[in-house]
Amino acid sequence: MESLFNTVKSVPLNHYILLSSIIFSIGVIGVLIRRNAIVIFMSVELMLNSVNLLLTAFSVYRGDATGQVFVFFIMALAAAEVAVGLAIIVMIYRNTNSVDINVLNRLKW
Amino acid sequence: MSIFYFIAFLSILFSVLVISAKNPVHSILYLIITFFTFTVQYILLNAQFLAVVNFIVYMGAILVLFLYTLMLINLNKDSEPVKSNMVKFAAVLGGGCLFVVIMGSLKSLGVSQPVLLKNPDLGLVKNLGKILFNEFLLPFEISSLLLLSAMVGAVLLATKDPKTTT
Repeated sequence: MESLFNTVKSVPLNHYILLSSIIFSIGVIGVLIRRNAIVIFMSVELMLNSVNLLLTAFSVYRGDATGQVFVFFIMALAAAEVAVGLAIIVMIYRNTNSVDINVLNRLKW
Repeated sequence: MSIFYFIAFLSILFSVLVISAKNPVHSILYLIITFFTFTVQYILLNAQFLAVVNFIVYMGAILVLFLYTLMLINLNKDSEPVKSNMVKFAAVLGGGCLFVVIMGSLKSLGVSQPVLLKNPDLGLVKNLGKILFNEFLLPFEISSLLLLSAMVGAVLLATKDPKTTT
């Protein structure tokens, strides 16, 4: 495992930040661009994952394991969020027969 | 070193495919591949515990939940109404602006040091378990409460209310 790590040794921290911000921006664009509620939800998962990767990279960079514990908590939170969110989507589908978010404009001003 | 850039390229490519695929089932399959590239990144960082948890939780549990919901909803027709090109352009512009802002603030950081592993057993289960059950014992217990309440909430939301439906 450590020999595997040695392959990554010369990657600067900025490149990890670059990768994570690219994935996060793709997630933001996905939330804005799609109308299917499930695909929007998957974009949110993408954003959560990019933050996880950046926290892990910072944790390794600083030599402090606290960041990895935070990632563990974020994963537990993501599991809870997916369960509740998909239940809400199923309920929306049962009430409106569609998961198109443009149907759900009753809260729109 | 080149492994990192190859995996980074793959994860960017497949995450673009996630948001651009027309069929939601294809979208979910691309999402699985994206999560797998993240698992490889964790292994490259020698965070073995996180790699295993990411593999089990994201690629196992969450993706199965997504696929099941899609199956219940029965959306596997390509009939999603698309947004107008104007809205799409505005969305890409907004996301691009976010990216440019992050890059601008990153540029002021200057040249960064390479990521070096000072402590080889940093991300191993033994080390993380010691920290998790000493310093973070109370948050750990509270997260179990969070999972319990999420489970109860999901069951409550997804079951039909007999008073309103009949």
